Amino acid sequence: MATLSLNDVRKSYGKTEVIHGVSIDVEDGEFVVIVGPSGCGKSTLLRMVAGLEEITRGTIDIGGREVNKLEPRERDIAMVFQNYALYPHMSVFDNMAYGLRIAGIKGDDLKARVGKAAEMLGLTTLLDRKPRQLSGGQRQRVAMGRALVREPSAFLFDEPLSNLDAKLRVSMRLQIKDLQRRVATTSLYVTHDQVEAMTLADRLIVMNKGVAEQIATPMEIYDNPANVFVAGFIGSPAMNFFPARIEGGHLHLADGSQLPAPAGVSEGSVILGIRPEHLMPAPLDAEGSLSVRVLAVETLGADAFVHATLGDGDADAIVFRVPGHDRPAEGERVSLMVEPGKAHVFDAATERRIAEA
Amino acid sequence: MAEGLVGTSRRSLTLAHVLLILGCVIVAFPIYYVTVASTHSLRTILNPPLPMLPGPETIENYREAVSGGINRIGGVGVDRLLLNTTIVALGIAFGKIVISMASAYAIVFFRFPLRMVCFWLIFITLMLPVEVRILPTYKVMVDLGLIDTYAGLILPLIASATATLLFRQFFMTIPNELFEAARVDGAGPWRFFKDILLPLSATNIAALFVILFIYGWTQYLWPLLVTNSNSMNTIVIALRKMISFADADTPWDLVMVTCVLAILPPVLIVVLMQRWFVKGLVETEK
Ligand SMILES: Nc1ncnc2c1ncn2[C@@H]1O[C@H](COP(=O)(O)OP(=O)(O)OP(=O)(O)O)[C@@H](O)[C@H]1O
Ligand SMILES: [Mg+2]
Repeated sequence: MATLSLNDVRKSYGKTEVIHGVSIDVEDGEFVVIVGPSGCGKSTLLRMVAGLEEITRGTIDIGGREVNKLEPRERDIAMVFQNYALYPHMSVFDNMAYGLRIAGIKGDDLKARVGKAAEMLGLTTLLDRKPRQLSGGQRQRVAMGRALVREPSAFLFDEPLSNLDAKLRVSMRLQIKDLQRRVATTSLYVTHDQVEAMTLADRLIVMNKGVAEQIATPMEIYDNPANVFVAGFIGSPAMNFFPARIEGGHLHLADGSQLPAPAGVSEGSVILGIRPEHLMPAPLDAEGSLSVRVLAVETLGADAFVHATLGDGDADAIVFRVPGHDRPAEGERVSLMVEPGKAHVFDAATERRIAEA
Repeated sequence: MAEGLVGTSRRSLTLAHVLLILGCVIVAFPIYYVTVASTHSLRTILNPPLPMLPGPETIENYREAVSGGINRIGGVGVDRLLLNTTIVALGIAFGKIVISMASAYAIVFFRFPLRMVCFWLIFITLMLPVEVRILPTYKVMVDLGLIDTYAGLILPLIASATATLLFRQFFMTIPNELFEAARVDGAGPWRFFKDILLPLSATNIAALFVILFIYGWTQYLWPLLVTNSNSMNTIVIALRKMISFADADTPWDLVMVTCVLAILPPVLIVVLMQRWFVKGLVETEK
């Protein structure tokens, strides 16, 4: 149990800086997810917290103690690796007990602690097996168990579910969340899957190219994305973006259609962002609607995603969501209303969010 | 397997077997002949042709050889020779394994200045086998007073670039995350080596041990140079010393006994460790 804080943490390999100063204070028991596209520096950041990677600049504190110069074992953390990194020659029991044995715990105490963790993870009947005799999901649970038995101040996860199939991933996701709730241990969790990030996190760090673009709760990020990158990365299907101009109190889109401009935004070029779920079919050519032509319809059952272009032109495709039983035909012309207050306006130059409309 | 290799027809199968059996006989015959000869008296051996079946002198010959009846090597018993050779072969095998594992461990898992230089230096010594560096090595052994000692027999043969490279290749296949997981679990370098690397290398060590034991057992040039006293001879050297240019001076029956006894330990090692040996050669444990 501990707080965890990063203060302007930077990492360089040789001359190239790959983490450009990340700061966050993680509260005791909080579950923070680091999410971002491949190569943005998520793993590097996590490994610096673990002590597997040197910290070039800045400080990391765990439980109020600076750990920059400490070995991993002195930081009182446990890590779950993407490929699990189980010791292949040791039984499940020994895998889980290894860290405790090194810490000098033995006998009944050791058995009790491993037994408790094994029970929480449903591994009790597998304790004598070797890792190669386990399924992927079971191995994943052993890796979790190995972290759990140590009862560390913080858990670090590096894409622990990415080697599992989709269905297992969903159930493990729930298990991890539940487990973390029960043991109430501060956790840092790396993933590139935004659904995983949204469902697990108390707070999210959205990273891009070594920069933390936004740090906030999942809903805060969904409702008020700080910039175009965050807005496009979080949410599925991704947000639609339209280049637009603000002039005379109106938002002018490329096809000539107009929407009311938000108050307090000066005239000039902006980017309008609207999530697929916030575009609703409206009566044809209704006042203040967008007119689009349907290109393709993806039916998922309850919903359907409609791909369309603005106006009749060849503008970039946009996506909106309709009920599965009430979908337009390909080639049809449809009018769309924007749900009030759900459109985001970004500055065209800085890509920062400046208002909602 | 045989089907896959030579087809299924009865004729080709028979042919294959005949050829294989023939090969076995050709390889095995000299060994059989030596064994047979070791059971006959010197007179029988010197009067050709040698019988193809074992003779009546078995116990006598072996007792004489073991109890030191061979004058040409100063009456040292074959048991002493076997002991010497075993110590030397084990020393070389273990020494090589320990040294090469340690150096491969350092090269693969630690970042230190001049790491690659060290690697290349080790690599280059591949070009310097014992025979090439024999004079300076001999001088060093004399200066250290190691002539006629086990240390003198073993130490110069221990450094092994080949084994180091083998271990290096193997260690590189071990995922780095395993090392990191152990670090997070609190294992220092020594514990990681002992608890994880060593068990994972078990089959490789076994395979290498067999190869190196036989390498040590059959050493000739170096033991010849570094031992003067008969009681420090290895069995291979003693064998050479027993044989005189004049046929009549050579106790052929005892030579044959020594031969048989010299072959036995390596054969035993191979047979006992066969399962591990093959495993180590063909499989990298995942
Ligand atoms: N040892 C290294 N030397 C030089 N550059 C490195 C090294 N390790 C990582 N990098 C660079 O640092 C950046 C961040 O890498 P990192 O592994 O943290 O990405 P990631 O966000 O975890 O990506 P992924 O989702 O693919 O795992 C990458 O651009 C990578 O090229
Ligand atoms: Mg990564």
